[in-house]
Amino acid sequence: MIIQSLDPRVTRARIDQEKEFQPLDQLDQFETYEVFHQKKRGQQHSHVGIVHAPNAELAMVFAKEQYSRRGQCVNLWVVRTRDVFITEYEDADIFETTPAKLHREAESYKVMDRIQAYKERQEA
Amino acid sequence: MYGNAYIDPNQQHSILEGEDMEKLAAFEARIAQGDKIEPHDWMPKEYRKQLIRMIEQHAHSEIIGSLPEGTWITRAPGFRRKLALMAKVQDEVGHAQLLYAAAETLGKRRESMINDLISGKSKYSNVFNYPAPTWADSAVIAWLIDAGAIINQVTNSKGSYGPYCRALDRICAEESFHLKYGHDNVVFLATGTKVQRQMVQEALTRWWPPIMHFFGPPDKSSVHGEILMRWKVKMASNDDMRQQFMNMYVPKIWDLGLQIPDPNLRKNEQTGKWEYTEPDWNEFKRVINGDGPCNAERLAVRRTAEERHRWVRRAILGQGVEYVTPLA
Ligand SMILES: [Fe+2]
Ligand SMILES: [Fe+2]
Repeated sequence: MIIQSLDPRVTRARIDQEKEFQPLDQLDQFETYEVFHQKKRGQQHSHVGIVHAPNAELAMVFAKEQYSRRGQCVNLWVVRTRDVFITEYEDADIFETTPAKLHREAESYKVMDRIQAYKERQEA
Repeated sequence: MYGNAYIDPNQQHSILEGEDMEKLAAFEARIAQGDKIEPHDWMPKEYRKQLIRMIEQHAHSEIIGSLPEGTWITRAPGFRRKLALMAKVQDEVGHAQLLYAAAETLGKRRESMINDLISGKSKYSNVFNYPAPTWADSAVIAWLIDAGAIINQVTNSKGSYGPYCRALDRICAEESFHLKYGHDNVVFLATGTKVQRQMVQEALTRWWPPIMHFFGPPDKSSVHGEILMRWKVKMASNDDMRQQFMNMYVPKIWDLGLQIPDPNLRKNEQTGKWEYTEPDWNEFKRVINGDGPCNAERLAVRRTAEERHRWVRRAILGQGVEYVTPLA
């Protein structure tokens, strides 16, 4: 039965309601690209999401459509998901600054006491 | 309900069966302190399952939802409204893309989600199985269904799964245009000629029951429900969201002098809660299970879109393509 719809576009498409569907194959929707955008010049690029695409050029077309619909973008990058190297969250302890590395922190350099003591010795 | 987390209370075995209790405790502690869960984190099997189902349903709702609204693109009254409606429908399809991506990070491929939608295995919001017979219906949908969607999405954006929250933040930013656009159309008709007023009143009368269905049936309190709340998969009960909706929009509807087709609808000033006639939940179940006025057409249109363009996708699929799960 051909669908007679309230939507003239659907009626025109002459859709057979009973037709059997052949399920999509595994790579029908391609692989994914990670998308980075820059909101304005001078700012860092940041990750905004993914698109599915067969190549970088089309990934760029889809990324523009998906992630810059409302302005707020001056530059886009796309990179194949499988080309990104990542750390695992369960290894997050590698980022913890250990107390042994206080020599790298500004607040571990305190000179005012020493200056004060020096001045007092000079006056005495 | 756009997408809804729900565990069958009759499920016999514990949903935590076989989980590593130490990892589970760390996972729950992380959520309790307001941290987000990310795709590569350890998570209980049931958490993954519920989120996939909920986000996938939400994605399907966006893409199917663009069909009843799209009905009026070719006949929108005036060029500006036509442009606005096309932009809104495009936004909704974009929302589906963002949500499919979030569900994919949990390990379900987009092809499988599309297959499950078309085969009827996965569900989508019930409201989109109803037709939009007049322009006023598209106005009521854009105002009130989007209003419901916003309440649902803002609530869920405070949840625990990072990729879903981020998708929802992007989506909510676009929804304010949908709401304003829909309100504008309803106000135009409601403050217009007698015929226009009547048209929008009839559309509201048609859409009120599906709107009441939108947030889903009242949740029965259950142990499972508590777990979903603790995991911040479910952020508010269906009734709480429905109350919030009525609180915000019933006065606005009445303000336009429109009638809501429920003689029992009133706010109980003592409890601060809205009282109303329960919508027909049997109809809700029947329509969700395939027997609504437009289910068959919606799925046939979706199926045809996939089928007729498949040869293009095959032609441009390159060599050596390898799928890996998206990162975030
Ligand atoms: Fe949407
Ligand atoms: Fe919307």
